[in-house]
Amino acid sequence: MKASVIIFPGSNCDRDIKISLEKFGIKTSMVWHADTKLPKSDLIVLPGGFSYGDYLRCGSIASKSRIMKEVITHSKKGGLVMGICNGFQVLVETQLLPGVLIRNINLKFICKNITVKVTNNKTNFTSQTYRNSILEIPIAHNEGNYFAKKDLISELEDNNQIVLQYCDTAGNVTEQCNPNGSIKNIAGIINKKGNVFGLMPHPERASDKLLGGMDGSMIFKSLK
Amino acid sequence: MKLQVIVTLKRDVLDPQGSAIKSSLSNMGFKNIESLRQGKTFEIIVKEKDEKVALSKAKDMCEKLLANLTIEDYSVKAIKE
Repeated sequence: MKASVIIFPGSNCDRDIKISLEKFGIKTSMVWHADTKLPKSDLIVLPGGFSYGDYLRCGSIASKSRIMKEVITHSKKGGLVMGICNGFQVLVETQLLPGVLIRNINLKFICKNITVKVTNNKTNFTSQTYRNSILEIPIAHNEGNYFAKKDLISELEDNNQIVLQYCDTAGNVTEQCNPNGSIKNIAGIINKKGNVFGLMPHPERASDKLLGGMDGSMIFKSLK
Repeated sequence: MKLQVIVTLKRDVLDPQGSAIKSSLSNMGFKNIESLRQGKTFEIIVKEKDEKVALSKAKDMCEKLLANLTIEDYSVKAIKE
């Protein structure tokens, strides 16, 4: 498998993702946002960070950058796309994923380890996990509060598009363990076709024992 | 021609910043505030003399970039100087 990581001005998790992908045997190229061509890739990763300083709305300006036309074409052809944190915000702004990520309900930047439950393990991004398994992965964001209209939320539920939900260490999805106010404790969703995945937690920050945890590596191991 | 674009959150979207500002104002003694919603304004000067054309361009800008229609509404008007 070959991957490309897009670098926007202000991205800051791009190199961590490359290291994680390569650790699990995925050859990775770095691609600048102003480029107009993508190297041959099976997977494109939009990294975390603060693209364009989060001006206007998080991810909005990055979603209009030149390379995104190629990313959209890649996804329409069924190619895999994964957006982590700011990358997830870019994916909702390009409308490759539905809904929107708004300011955390407590108005604070939250940087801590949380636990998420894998609600759907039958995706290209979670196939190496068990259904309902619990992963401990860090989050670090100010706008991770997933919002969508009721009918869209029911559509996501009906199509099994909710992949990760914030939960307690026993796997209970409760209001107390919802760090940012996301509807249904949503931490990660997939598109209907199953090839575009967005998540707020940072699996690349939990993919080595030295980093204090390996749970994020399950996402990278699933990529095939 | 000068245009003013106002982008606000839709009524049914929670506005935690607006609520924080509202409670700060009431702590400062500004009582009887029923509701406060935060928004953004953009002042855009376009090289266009026809108001209708300019407004329709501004609407297009809103739909494509300035507003996220999932959560925001927008209004545009021309400003006479």
